[in-house]
Amino acid sequence: MKKHGSFLAIVLVFLFPAFLVTSCKEKDSDIQASVQSALKDNPDMAGLSASVQDGVATLTGECKDESIKSSVETIVGKIKGVKQVVNNCTIAAPPPAPAPVVISADDALTKAVADATKDYPGVKTAVKDGVITLTGDIKKADLKKLMMTLNSLKPKKIDNQLVIK
Amino acid sequence: MSLQDKYKELLDAAKSLGVGNLQAREQNNVLYVDGEAPSGAVKDQLWDIYNKLDPDFRSADLVMNINVSTMVAGSKAVVTTQTSNLNIRKGPGTDQPIVGKAAHQETVTLVSKTNDQWWLIRTNAGAEGYASAQYLSPQN
Repeated sequence: MKKHGSFLAIVLVFLFPAFLVTSCKEKDSDIQASVQSALKDNPDMAGLSASVQDGVATLTGECKDESIKSSVETIVGKIKGVKQVVNNCTIAAPPPAPAPVVISADDALTKAVADATKDYPGVKTAVKDGVITLTGDIKKADLKKLMMTLNSLKPKKIDNQLVIK
Repeated sequence: MSLQDKYKELLDAAKSLGVGNLQAREQNNVLYVDGEAPSGAVKDQLWDIYNKLDPDFRSADLVMNINVSTMVAGSKAVVTTQTSNLNIRKGPGTDQPIVGKAAHQETVTLVSKTNDQWWLIRTNAGAEGYASAQYLSPQN
């Protein structure tokens, strides 16, 4: 009887903690799975990843902004089994603003416009504050080619008052 | 109606025709469209759409600067003067002395790009100098 009892004790001493450990591990992975599926369900959080250890969920990845970062923490904190949330999410840098449009200086533009229009004797030009003004006349067939060249000179705009023949 | 809407067909076409580095920026009621077309034909097509949306380019609300990506140093280009020969000059500028000529429709080699207006070119006969970019077109 006594032998039996000590055997049981050995079983309990050795197997029970093992059972505890495995059950705990399983639980973490279950929690991790539910955290991940919660993240996946929200398009703002789909890019984040989570790992869970001993009930502590660690979040990593890039959030679009601060409000998403705090709401993901709230959502994950409410998931069953999560004891604590370590929020290591970073905030994405805002997209760079487009560079301002570069407009040619009048001197360079005047010279380039003169070169561009020298084959079209009917075309008169004026350049002021980056605006090219076209007066006079041009053949319809030449208009597109001239405009292509003038558009590449980085003007502010082109005021086309040409009479088309 | 915003300019991006007015020229939506143009911008959509630029995207679908594979224009690289496409940028559309609106500033002081002018839309600036920049990009690199994969061929001269695509550039032409975009200009035809521009002409359709804004007949004869009258509205002064779009500046479209589309380069052709095959126009790079080392490649060939065709001399597209109206009829005359193309002047090859010592430096980039019409005030520079003429050092050679390239014939109308002749194929030349682009050596290097000085700026949007001038290319250093070489003819098959070996003449080298600067030519105005407006008379150099991509080979089809």
